[in-house]
Amino acid sequence: MNNAFLKIESLAKVFPSMRGGEPLTVFENIHFQIAKGEFVCIIGHSGCGKSSILNVLAGLDEATRGSVIMDEREVSGPSLDRGVVFQSHALMPWLTVMQNIVFAVKSRWPEYSREQWKGQAQKYIDLVHLTGAEDKKPAELSGGMKQRVGIARAFAIQPKMLLMDEPFGALDALTRGVIQDELVSICAETHQTVFMITHDVDEAILLADKIVLMTNGPHAKIAEIVVNTLPRDRSRHDVHKHPHYYRIRNHLVDFLVTRSKEFRNNVPADYDPKHPPHVRPGLEPDTDVLPDQDARVRHLHQPAMPVAA
Amino acid sequence: MAKSLWVRSSAVSLLILVVLLSVWHLAALPEKSSGAPAGMSDEYAAMMGMGAAAAPKAGMPGPADIAVTVWEKLSDPFYDNGPNDKGIGIQLGFSLARVLAGFFLAAAVAIPLGFVIGMSPVMRGALDPFIQVMKPISPLAWMPLALYTIKDSSLSAIFVIFICSLWPMLINTAHGVASVKREWLNVALTLEVSPLRKAFQVILPAAAPTILTGMRISMGIAWLVIVAAEMLVGGTGIGYFVWNEWNNLSLNNVIFAILSIGVVGMVLDLMFGWVSRLVAYRE
Ligand SMILES: Nc1ncnc2c1ncn2[C@@H]1O[C@H](COP(=O)(O)OP(=O)(O)OP(=O)(O)O)[C@@H](O)[C@H]1O
Ligand SMILES: [Mg+2]
Repeated sequence: MNNAFLKIESLAKVFPSMRGGEPLTVFENIHFQIAKGEFVCIIGHSGCGKSSILNVLAGLDEATRGSVIMDEREVSGPSLDRGVVFQSHALMPWLTVMQNIVFAVKSRWPEYSREQWKGQAQKYIDLVHLTGAEDKKPAELSGGMKQRVGIARAFAIQPKMLLMDEPFGALDALTRGVIQDELVSICAETHQTVFMITHDVDEAILLADKIVLMTNGPHAKIAEIVVNTLPRDRSRHDVHKHPHYYRIRNHLVDFLVTRSKEFRNNVPADYDPKHPPHVRPGLEPDTDVLPDQDARVRHLHQPAMPVAA
Repeated sequence: MAKSLWVRSSAVSLLILVVLLSVWHLAALPEKSSGAPAGMSDEYAAMMGMGAAAAPKAGMPGPADIAVTVWEKLSDPFYDNGPNDKGIGIQLGFSLARVLAGFFLAAAVAIPLGFVIGMSPVMRGALDPFIQVMKPISPLAWMPLALYTIKDSSLSAIFVIFICSLWPMLINTAHGVASVKREWLNVALTLEVSPLRKAFQVILPAAAPTILTGMRISMGIAWLVIVAAEMLVGGTGIGYFVWNEWNNLSLNNVIFAILSIGVVGMVLDLMFGWVSRLVAYRE
């Protein structure tokens, strides 16, 4: 793939041991690529190292081995080219909504005038439907509103790439749905390249073009990359009506429930970590869905239910 | 609801005040008859030394006497009749000037140093033993050394204030800076914010409430210490005033000075409370 915008090559993260035990290899041999304008989600069980990967991509942490190349340049240290939406929204509580976003805009374009900073910030406040809340402090906002401010702040600096660590993890299903819809439309509008961590299978199917499946740690690997074959203009309300939807969903749930932990003892003969297999479960015929699995999936099917805790 | 609460606590406060004043008033009443057994003449009682017990009691001024003194002193606070007779306003002014000088000198040292300690674990480890040893020393213990080296009583008092204000501000600043949330620093990192802007626009506002708490504690201690320091070095100031009036055996003036020290201390604390509210944030 030559059109790769972001290339991750043989990435590994080893934490030195506490008190003389074995050092902890969280993940190793991670290879994958993201094309420009692509929305990629990563799914895996808690503790497999998703946040660690994201922190390396953000430049907030260093990988033990391997490299990250964005736009033909090696990533070393944080950069305005990569906007980060933090799981805990990370708004500065002493600043208002407007000031929080202006803080970011000012960092990106120090040469702008005060009006230009405010104008740019206002544009993204409107985009996440927070018009009218500009002068509120984060403490006066609901969880969903705070998260939207975090998203607006990341988008407002128009980064080449957006990194999101479970941005909706702390939200209730209803709010999450609303913000997901907003995210879909913003991304469609801006053709933003996004890398996002999620625990929510439905969220991944709704948002992602590709879903990276990570095995359990330690020594986590990328088992495969699921290509989302649903049409891109999907919405939360009708996505589950598409025939591909349950095939993809079954595949993801099956991975999380069984294959993620068995992968290590059960590596496919042709598995090559440098080229994790791309699979398109949406295009496969329905016959390989076993009846019992079908029942389990139906049981699991509640919109936006996190599958892995 | 909040208002009625305020009204009720004010009413209770007033009641307590009235009770205290009454007890004081009654206690300070000259009790001529009780000192000596009934039927004994005053002269006889005095001769027997029994009147002596009543004498100091009679010398203790009651609330009414103090009210008169307060009125007299406050109606002319800034007169100056030589070294031993100055208005209360002038004496308090000297003390305040020393406290503020020492306090702000200490802030100028403690806040930047606290930033360094808070941001660098190496510096924290390096300076911690010094802080731990210096902190428990009573500021007044420095006085002889200060007098010997500085050779100026007023500057020595300022130095003592400096020393006692230093530690709470230093420790609080270091603590506030060290406990700035990782996520806010990460935001600054991903936005490539310059170190100076990070210090002033992220760390300073994040740590400001803790720093202000330190400043408030320092100011409280400084106001406690200045009275003792001025008693030692003499010359001017409210501490010297108290000592001088004690030597004059003017309890009225001593009590008046005690009240003024309390009121000024309260006003200082209220001012810091007000500034704290400005920099406070809710998460
Ligand atoms: N600073 C650290 N020192 C030692 N081990 C760490 C450190 N940070 C993370 N780990 C370990 O690395 C592993 C991966 O952590 P990480 O936060 O990346 O997981 P995650 O996939 O994001 O999990 P979750 O879904 O719960 O957020 C965990 O086992 C964790 O214990
Ligand atoms: Mg995580």
